Amino acid sequence: MKTYICIVCGFLYDEAAGIPDEGIAAGTAWKDVPQDWNCPDCGVAKSDFEMVQV
Amino acid sequence: MDPVLVVGSGLAAYTLAREFRKLDRQTPLLVVSRDAADFYSKPMLSNALAGNKTALSLVMKSCDKMAAELNATVLAHSSVDSIDTQARSITTAQGQTHRYRDLVLALGADATRPPLRGEAAEAVLSVNDLGDYAHFSDALAGAKTVAILGAGLIGCEFANDMLSRGIVPTVIDLAQQPLSRLLPQQASVYLRSRLEAVGVQFRFDVAADRVDRSGAGFAIALSDGTILQADLVLSAIGLRPRIALAQGCGIVVNRGVAVDRMLATSARNVYAIGDCAEVEGLNLPYVLPLMQQARALAATLCGTPSAVLYPAMPVVVKTPACPTVVCPPAAGAQGQWSVESTTEACEAHYVGSDGTLLGFALLGTATAKRQSLLAQVPALLAAD
Repeated sequence: MKTYICIVCGFLYDEAAGIPDEGIAAGTAWKDVPQDWNCPDCGVAKSDFEMVQV
Repeated sequence: MDPVLVVGSGLAAYTLAREFRKLDRQTPLLVVSRDAADFYSKPMLSNALAGNKTALSLVMKSCDKMAAELNATVLAHSSVDSIDTQARSITTAQGQTHRYRDLVLALGADATRPPLRGEAAEAVLSVNDLGDYAHFSDALAGAKTVAILGAGLIGCEFANDMLSRGIVPTVIDLAQQPLSRLLPQQASVYLRSRLEAVGVQFRFDVAADRVDRSGAGFAIALSDGTILQADLVLSAIGLRPRIALAQGCGIVVNRGVAVDRMLATSARNVYAIGDCAEVEGLNLPYVLPLMQQARALAATLCGTPSAVLYPAMPVVVKTPACPTVVCPPAAGAQGQWSVESTTEACEAHYVGSDGTLLGFALLGTATAKRQSLLAQVPALLAAD
């Protein structure tokens, strides 16, 4: 399980935790997060700004 | 064919350019920027120290790479002196004239300078762009103490960030609590105690009157007569939208460049977005609003007139010592705060007389409730 950071706002996506509130189950790999997902903090699209692994 | 011309190269400008290119591969795109036009994210400047970022590593894509990706011409180091809204052209400080089909002003905002006396008033830093950050991180080498003017969002974020370098920050504000304009008092008190617990110092109810050199650092004279010593002074008291260019050529301005829901200024084919824009009276210098603006305006510029929509937009305060999300009630909203806190969390709801949730603030572990609460808050600018 890895952690990714949004390069626009610093939002952290932790694969182990997922974002259950947004329907992304714990344990969801970053590559399996839907392409139309937007960063919850800054609204940037997944396809525009890849999160980078930290 | 005359281009869509974007003035600026910040997050608003490049997001608009990117959204435009998703819809239109043909129309020429010209980006004119007064700085180096490299792409970086301004919100990252106030938590860059913890990540050991340098000004160089904060650049995500160089100007050349952006130009190639966007199939755009990017003119760096070119400030725009004037706009001829009749001839549809701009003139740069270097005397170049460029015609436009549509003009997008994404000029950003200036850091407000505090009214300070003292021989070192000019040495007070602010961090409003990448160049400022480079200067600031150089100046920070060897510093053990930093005085921060302003306990708002940026001041608190910088204070938290400096702890990662072993620096003791002292935050000074005329208000009585941090984030006093965003949070109800009890939530402010909670934030303050969490930040103090990790080493942030606060001086409330005072203003800095003067800054003078003292040894290798500075002496800051406060309005209560005390003097604070610090190796560096950083100002974070607020932003002022850049309106001079628009004002100078007769475009209507208020606090920001005045635009309607279509993001159109008073001049034909001239639009404004981002921190410089005031959309129907709302100047919101945050990331979520500019994303909404960029998407709406890109559609409009590609032939699908689209009014900007503002859903309820939370503001994230990047203070890792006390994670904080605020969804501020709309200006003029009628309601009351109710706040509950434990050691781990603080949760505040702003509720109208009919029971509608109009805003909230979540701190500590309460931030997990953001999505569920957000869904209940009405939009700020709803679809008609």
